[in-house]
Amino acid sequence: MKIAVCIKRVPDSETRVKIATDGKSLDEAGVKFVLNPYDEFAIEEALRRKEKAGAGEVAVFCLGPAAAQETIRTALAMGADRGVLLQADKIPIDPFEAAKVLAAELNSTTWDLILFGRMAIDDYNTQVGPLVAELLGLPCVTTVSHLDIEGTKGVAEREIEGGIEVVDFPLPAVVTADKGLNEPRYPALKGIMAAKKKPLEVKPVQPGTGALEVAALTPPPERKEGKIVGEGAGAVGELVRLLREEAKVL
Amino acid sequence: MTTLAVLEQRDGVLRKISYEVVTAAQRLGGSVEAVVCAAAQVQGADQVGKFGADKIVTLTNPAFARYAPEGCAQALADRAKQGGYRTLVFAASATGKDLAPRVAAKLGVGVAADITDLAADGGALVVTRPVYAGKALLKVRVTAQPAVLSLRPNVFTPVERPKAGAAETVAVNVPPGGGRVTVREIKPAPAGTLDVAEAQVIISGGRGLKEPANFKVLEELARAFAGRAAVGASRAVVDAGWRAHADQVGQTGKTVSPSLYIAVGISGAIQHLAGMRTSKVIVAINKDKDAPIFKVADYGVVGDLFEIVPKLTEEIRKLHG
Repeated sequence: MKIAVCIKRVPDSETRVKIATDGKSLDEAGVKFVLNPYDEFAIEEALRRKEKAGAGEVAVFCLGPAAAQETIRTALAMGADRGVLLQADKIPIDPFEAAKVLAAELNSTTWDLILFGRMAIDDYNTQVGPLVAELLGLPCVTTVSHLDIEGTKGVAEREIEGGIEVVDFPLPAVVTADKGLNEPRYPALKGIMAAKKKPLEVKPVQPGTGALEVAALTPPPERKEGKIVGEGAGAVGELVRLLREEAKVL
Repeated sequence: MTTLAVLEQRDGVLRKISYEVVTAAQRLGGSVEAVVCAAAQVQGADQVGKFGADKIVTLTNPAFARYAPEGCAQALADRAKQGGYRTLVFAASATGKDLAPRVAAKLGVGVAADITDLAADGGALVVTRPVYAGKALLKVRVTAQPAVLSLRPNVFTPVERPKAGAAETVAVNVPPGGGRVTVREIKPAPAGTLDVAEAQVIISGGRGLKEPANFKVLEELARAFAGRAAVGASRAVVDAGWRAHADQVGQTGKTVSPSLYIAVGISGAIQHLAGMRTSKVIVAINKDKDAPIFKVADYGVVGDLFEIVPKLTEEIRKLHG
């Protein structure tokens, strides 16, 4: 099986967000960057599919700055065979531009499966996977928490409000991975050493500016300071009174 | 200038989030055309006129009995191309997050996704999107033609603003079966459980619950809210396998904005706070008075949750008679 996985370098979820002096972007000083957590599920799924098939290739693609080579190395350490960095100083704010760059690169090869994380935890766009699928004319299933593949037939489960949708689709296809799809492996020392020798190709790209423009990045409004109503079960009566009369939510 | 508001239905019944979509669409000024893909007439669709829809169009095809990702995307993109709308508005629901990018790509644009505010600034459309799980707000000027937006659920409170709501039904052609990707079945969640993304009240539990079985005290409290409440969970307890990932609130789970969020036995890690800080009212119950959760809570109760929560359940039951 030939499998492509598209990944992203994002600030760690424990990051305290500081706005840069331009008022439009994140101050990256001191920020720890990691492989987007949802992409780990996509990589793990690709590795398992390849292992099950007994042959094939798992290639990872990343649009990002030079420092994203490190992110690709993480994927290689997990077991991916090779990586491609589509190098651009800035990831476009318009996800359609990011999708165009990835689709142009992926289009040169026929893949059985193209995997994405269901979203990146920095920009929350939740759409680059399905955008790429549309650009490539491939079927797409998003937010998949269970996946079965037999030959060229896929069955996926995706969570919706109040239930699970069971979806049939043909391969080749684009699938975006949700948490719960699998348990991603940690790169072992052997994998980390091996990753250093795996091919990592760097290709400069020039994404378009697109049709979204940042006007400002601001901290969220501070929540008004709350109060401790009291201690123990004895405080519950007062809590309920406040929720009814002051907050008016009961 | 007309805005296309994309409604949602399931099993032939309009989903409530559709009212939020129409409400947001009419805030852009101009007229609002509401559209829904369905197999036949949708129960409740005639109500959207009340919230500001000038027209309600039902795009019908037998394949739309269930969500047909490719068929719906094609039908909506065709409609959008014919109608020359300035803006398309979707809900950022499970379906909307899947559908909006497909339609947008067919129109040659991206989606300004999961927005919490919108304004027409002169000729330009400016939207607000929480990023970094709500640790910052990104204001974005959308110059795409058309602009495609999706709305975070529970943020745009439906406002009644009656318009004509003239109904129109259009039978549409789509590929056999609705496309290559087909929904075979929907496995319903256990009866009476509500999704955390949609609930008006969320009661979330963390490590302080001590063991999975103890979540029953939160489930009882949720039941006392008579169908309005869902039980959520912190990342720690989901990673430990105590609760399903579908219930996780936080940066790698769901970002929620209920009217009332009750955090029980949750210390308040930054990635959790990011997922629930836009809740309208936050209550924290924790034995550690220095827990960070109290910094974002409107009301805190310090002490043993196993004494406090059952007492709260009793009080809420009294209110709901």
